[in-house]
Amino acid sequence: MGQHATDLASPASPLVRPRLEWLSLPLLLVLWQVAAWMAASRFLPSPLAVGLHIQDLTLHGHLVADFAKTLQRALIGFAAAMALGMAAGLVLGRVRTLDRLFGPWVVVGLNMPAIVIAIMCYIWLGLSEFALILAVVINKTPMVITTIREGVRSFLPEYDELALAFRMPLARRIRLIWLPQLMPFIMAAARTGLALIWKIVLVFEVLGSDGGVGFRVGIFFQYFDMAGILSYTTVFVAMVLAFEHGVLRSVERRVLGWRQDRA
Amino acid sequence: MATGPGLTLRVTEMRFSQARPALFGPLSLDVAPGEVLALIGPSGVGKTTLLRMIAGIERGFQGQITIGGLPADQAPPPGFVFQDARLLPWLTAADNIRAVQPDLGLDEVDALLRGVGLAGLADAYPRQLSGGMQRRLGLARAIATGSGLVLLDEPFVSLDRAVVLDLQRLFRDIFASTHPTVIMVSHDPEDAARLADRVVVLSGRPARIIADFRLNTGSALDEAHIARSVQDILDAQMEVS
Repeated sequence: MGQHATDLASPASPLVRPRLEWLSLPLLLVLWQVAAWMAASRFLPSPLAVGLHIQDLTLHGHLVADFAKTLQRALIGFAAAMALGMAAGLVLGRVRTLDRLFGPWVVVGLNMPAIVIAIMCYIWLGLSEFALILAVVINKTPMVITTIREGVRSFLPEYDELALAFRMPLARRIRLIWLPQLMPFIMAAARTGLALIWKIVLVFEVLGSDGGVGFRVGIFFQYFDMAGILSYTTVFVAMVLAFEHGVLRSVERRVLGWRQDRA
Repeated sequence: MATGPGLTLRVTEMRFSQARPALFGPLSLDVAPGEVLALIGPSGVGKTTLLRMIAGIERGFQGQITIGGLPADQAPPPGFVFQDARLLPWLTAADNIRAVQPDLGLDEVDALLRGVGLAGLADAYPRQLSGGMQRRLGLARAIATGSGLVLLDEPFVSLDRAVVLDLQRLFRDIFASTHPTVIMVSHDPEDAARLADRVVVLSGRPARIIADFRLNTGSALDEAHIARSVQDILDAQMEVS
């Protein structure tokens, strides 16, 4: 049993793992195709039908414009939430007094229902782009603060001693000592943050906006247009996966490459 | 290369808490330029704290430390070799050196690495180096500050005997060629016998200097001579206890 467990974790695994990953999505498509064939209903169109519908929506519909709008909102909200959350997390992680004072605010922020924040923003600021993005930022920032604060608390005092002994100036200390220790936490905050933001932007768009993926899916829902909903969902998932593999993993390899196992 | 700076230490009092006895009462120590001084004493006597005070890590004490005639906080930062290698794992060997001395060029970094036997490993990460190699890199980083003052805090703990002997040979060669002022903390008299030319033994609380004597370093590689020096250090420690 022990030997078997060792085999599974052996260096051969990385060769096997990508092949399984490549099989994963085609397997999902096959299952979807089988389910569509068995259901034989307009409420569960086949992957092929959805593919054709995507082509049609791209050429003659609003698909590209809607995705551009949603992407823009998500990225602005993400950038603002990361910047605010990192700054606040750094301060709360380093200054105990401020953490005791504002820590409960973070807990409130973490537990406020996203939909309530969106409704409040829409009522106070109107159905505007700013209100939507602000609601996204308010929802996401407490999560970034919490992650970054934990990262700061996990800083090793030995490295601070090293910086003191060699009298590193603050800028060099931030760049060479603090930021690298914080990077895994920043990546975790970015990854969980994006996952959350993609979802809440869509919900807020359904609630009140003049375009975007959520807005369009809301319209499809009114007409029970399952092909439309699945088309947007498929493209949306493809976009998120492309972002994960094309951007996040590449950034992760770049900034956390030093953690690779000994060759 | 210029000889390292002299150091004077005049501590009136050092304590971590008012509720506990002072770690140091009045304590006075002078280290000559280029001298290799070993601080010996039982665990907890304050050897490492003294080193940290010189480095500016511990600042809560009364008294004054001067390095090369300047108050310690205004003197160039000393090179510090910690008990653990304490390298930054996200930086390469070359970048670990440049982290403390960014002005060094590639050639100078390569020369430092070559000097500690790590030629061609500039791009290696600490995880790719053995324990002994990591200590060598720690020494190269300490020398890189260029201050001429090197502080060694138990630099050979947790290493195999063969690696320790190898490292001690390297340290001795580097001290002989660059003439830094060195203050080394160790619990092992043999470290002192092999590297130092002066031994200071600390004891008690508040800690005081119970022995201060020079070692004959003329034949430092002679094992019989080292054995005699070790015995001298042990005798000095025993006289008090």
